[in-house]
Amino acid sequence: MAYPAWFYLPAAVVYGVLFIAPTFASFYFSLTRWSLFDQEFIGFGNFVQFFQEPALVTGLTNTLIYGPITSVAKVVLGLLLALLLTSQIQGRGWLRSVVFFPVLVSTIGVGIMFQALMDPRDGAINRMLGVVGINGPGWLTNPDLALYSVALVDVWKGVGLATVIYIAGLVSIPREYIEAAAVDGASAWQRFWHVTVPLVRPATNTVIILSLIGGLRTFDLIWAMTRGGPGFTSDVIASVIYKQYQAGFYGLSTAGNVVLFVIVSAIVVPLAWWLNRRQVEY
Amino acid sequence: MVTGSPMRRYLLSALTLVVFTAIFVLPFVFVLLQAMKTRQEAALLQFSLPTEVVLWDNIVQVFQARDYMLVTAFINSTILTVASVTLMVVFAAMVGYVLQRRLTRWTGFINFLVLAGLIIPPAVVPTIWVLQGLGLFRTLTGLIFIEVAFGLSFSVLLFRAFMSTIPRQLDEAAVIDGAGPIRTFFQVVFPLMRSVAVTVIVVQSVQVFNDFVHPLYFLPGDENATVQLTLYNFQSQFEAQYNLLFADILLITIPPLLMFIFFNKKIVAGMTAGAVKG
Repeated sequence: MAYPAWFYLPAAVVYGVLFIAPTFASFYFSLTRWSLFDQEFIGFGNFVQFFQEPALVTGLTNTLIYGPITSVAKVVLGLLLALLLTSQIQGRGWLRSVVFFPVLVSTIGVGIMFQALMDPRDGAINRMLGVVGINGPGWLTNPDLALYSVALVDVWKGVGLATVIYIAGLVSIPREYIEAAAVDGASAWQRFWHVTVPLVRPATNTVIILSLIGGLRTFDLIWAMTRGGPGFTSDVIASVIYKQYQAGFYGLSTAGNVVLFVIVSAIVVPLAWWLNRRQVEY
Repeated sequence: MVTGSPMRRYLLSALTLVVFTAIFVLPFVFVLLQAMKTRQEAALLQFSLPTEVVLWDNIVQVFQARDYMLVTAFINSTILTVASVTLMVVFAAMVGYVLQRRLTRWTGFINFLVLAGLIIPPAVVPTIWVLQGLGLFRTLTGLIFIEVAFGLSFSVLLFRAFMSTIPRQLDEAAVIDGAGPIRTFFQVVFPLMRSVAVTVIVVQSVQVFNDFVHPLYFLPGDENATVQLTLYNFQSQFEAQYNLLFADILLITIPPLLMFIFFNKKIVAGMTAGAVKG
């Protein structure tokens, strides 16, 4: 036998012990009051708390805002940037590098960097706005704005990945299709909307799914920039999980994990299925 | 029209170049400027040239802070990255090889597990509980295996996809020549996977080196930090010392920058795999 099943073994042991087993264990522990010393079965108490306590509910709703808006922004901006960077523009190589590099930089580093740039009084962004006479907002200090400011930085950091995925998709479209449409008298907009967009579909699907998974699970950037604040207005589920863990509420923290697990799979799995079904054949 | 069009295109290019450089490069220039300033000047957060360049002093100070924590951290991060990526590549290549070659009724289930690893958020506290049971919590060894577990799915997908481009006849010929499975894989197939292996190594190295969440949970404490954790620890300690904080950001951005300069194509290839209909 040239392809022995035991080749799976090393990977299966690590994956099974450190990923699958904890995932199954989380379903049980989410039903307990669990501290370092003991555990007590309490049924669905943790989940009830998760959907009642305002701080925890905020984390839930923020996750449902943050995931989709960052995902949509990356799809739209990624496609536009990719179109720009596959056009006849000068300095394409430099532009591609510049847009992609932030993807490889430490998220915490980016968070600290923008925390300074977004400082309401001294930050470079508001100083620049001040020059043109705009009174810049408290990007990270305004409770209504903090989550969106972090989302903006998330898009800044992640749009490069969407762009290179779209570039790969765009260059794989046979030129004849677009030329044929042009010969048939389709305008630039029609060529874009009726030829390019449907044919670049696989890239769109990848970008949507990847950025949605990342966005719903996001933690580092929020933790580096706001710690979920001001108050708990920019908390997401992942930061709630960390806070409850730090506070020693292990059962509640694990319930948060289960909630996140359910949300991510309930959104991503059907969406991925639906998107792949609608792929165009060519 | 004839003379206007190239001119307009030229202007448009120049404008795009300026706008994108401003949006994507200026923040990094800001990091560099901050890292060069004195403590008082950096505290102003101004986007300006330093009046006095003290970059080297700042770097020395960052390294010396908290009893050379950053030196330990660079050593830890290097060990973590090298060890976990090595294991990941070998384990994932073995899985990708058999998974692509041998179709059984388990194949679908294994593919499902691989995809699950990309979607499901890890359950944090239960993982700590398992690590504690194994005596691996708060150890670098434990963290290495954690990184392997969470990096496997992506690596397996790349290896499996690449296997389908290697003709089956090659491994069959090796078997007919009397090579056992281990020799067939490590001496015939694995060398052929070199290009995808390099892709996996490069992408995962950047990933592991930049990882913040897992060290935060599974390797807490100051004395045994990784580089990303030093940033986090310094963030609270150096609240008023922006020059040192940004010098630290500058230092830990250098390894990914080098990777980017030397392996740009590989990184992009790895991260865009699956984007094109295959």
